[in-house]
Amino acid sequence: MTDTDTTTDANATRPVAFPQDRTCPYHPPAAYDPLRATRPLARITLFDGRPAWLVTGHATARRLLADPRLSTDRTRDGFPATSARLAAVRSRRTALLGVDDPEHRAQRKLVLPEFTLKRAAALRPRIQRIVDERLDAMIEQGPPAELVSAFALPVPSMVICALLGIPYADHDFFEEQSRRLLRGPRPADTQDARDRLEAYLGELIDRKRHSPGEGLLDDLVRKQVAEGEFDRDQLIAFAVILLVAGHETTANMISLGTFTLLGHPRRLAELRADPSLLPDAVEELMRVLSIADGLLRLATEDIDVDGTTVRAGEGVVFSTSVINRDETVYPDPDALDWHRPARHHVAFGFGIHQCLGQNLARAELEIALRTLFDRLPTLRLAAPPQEIPFKPGDTIQGMLELPVAW
Amino acid sequence: MHIDIDKDSCMGAGQCALTAPDVFAQDDDGYSTVLPGREDGGGSALVREAARACPVGAISVSERAG
Repeated sequence: MTDTDTTTDANATRPVAFPQDRTCPYHPPAAYDPLRATRPLARITLFDGRPAWLVTGHATARRLLADPRLSTDRTRDGFPATSARLAAVRSRRTALLGVDDPEHRAQRKLVLPEFTLKRAAALRPRIQRIVDERLDAMIEQGPPAELVSAFALPVPSMVICALLGIPYADHDFFEEQSRRLLRGPRPADTQDARDRLEAYLGELIDRKRHSPGEGLLDDLVRKQVAEGEFDRDQLIAFAVILLVAGHETTANMISLGTFTLLGHPRRLAELRADPSLLPDAVEELMRVLSIADGLLRLATEDIDVDGTTVRAGEGVVFSTSVINRDETVYPDPDALDWHRPARHHVAFGFGIHQCLGQNLARAELEIALRTLFDRLPTLRLAAPPQEIPFKPGDTIQGMLELPVAW
Repeated sequence: MHIDIDKDSCMGAGQCALTAPDVFAQDDDGYSTVLPGREDGGGSALVREAARACPVGAISVSERAG
């Protein structure tokens, strides 16, 4: 729990290193306690020793994430990085997430119709079919099973392949490159993985130009040919971000969400008894797990933040796990509670860059978690929880493996 | 009550339609619209919640007499 005696002054003289590894995969590390006691802004030190601001207050985070004076363009001089791997690919063009308005608005408009609530609802039967098939296969071969490779990763991977028009047969390749892109281990891995993904998607796009199919990438190729609005490199940049963000994040939420539910048997029983709680439970899991814990921005002008000046050129990092535990908004913030209004969490970000795929992610999480526990009511961990490996603090949070039995 | 959507700000997150589906919807391009006849909020208690959920603050809700 937060030490209420920790003073702002004490923290101000000793910046906390950020990010750090979690000790429990669904809670921020205890080392963040001084940050949780310093709202709405705290000082941190990044991996390279550079100081930066950490936004910790919920209302301030919502305001700043919507502030156009904070840039998300990673290619700008002085843009902060939370790892050597991220720093290594900073000069690459990143679509959507790495682009400011007005360009961002034009990019998002191109793909938005595929990510509406209506579209997510229309995809539900297809998602359900994929979930059922993966569980059939897992049940046929088990117990036991390794839930990340048998279920948590293939489900969102198949969904995003169907949506984008990428052959799922290539999943070993792109899942491995996504893993290296996000977790290295070395900066050279991240660069090489990005090169390989770009080459693969470039060839796929060239093939689609000759014989377009049904996916979103096919639609973009058609628009490109018809209207010439963007070039091949831009199309590849789109494909990289949609593919990587489209499967890694949801896979982590499924694996970590399952681990968390198994660690909270009373909450799980409550959810089973009343499935109408599921949408709220997904929001609460998003809030507590905060898997993308460190959103990055660069101040392009001096900004007054509740009496403190953030100077132009300073890095600003948003810790979603800390923001989503602001006790002025979420009383008893570490507790998992399906009955609290969790909706205004910032786990999907906020402002113009709020997750494009959030409606799809909600649909996938609801269907995956509901069906998993419906089909396997005796699901349990097949190893002591403290021995199950999870991801380090400088990447998207989730389980590396999840051995289960039933 | 009167609802106003700033179409230049709206970026199609769909959070208004998710929060208050009786009042808001996404058009075919993905941008927010108020359902016909619901410009006054239709008595929904969720309109202000929907405005708060908007990530770009594109929704304003004002009280209007009559």
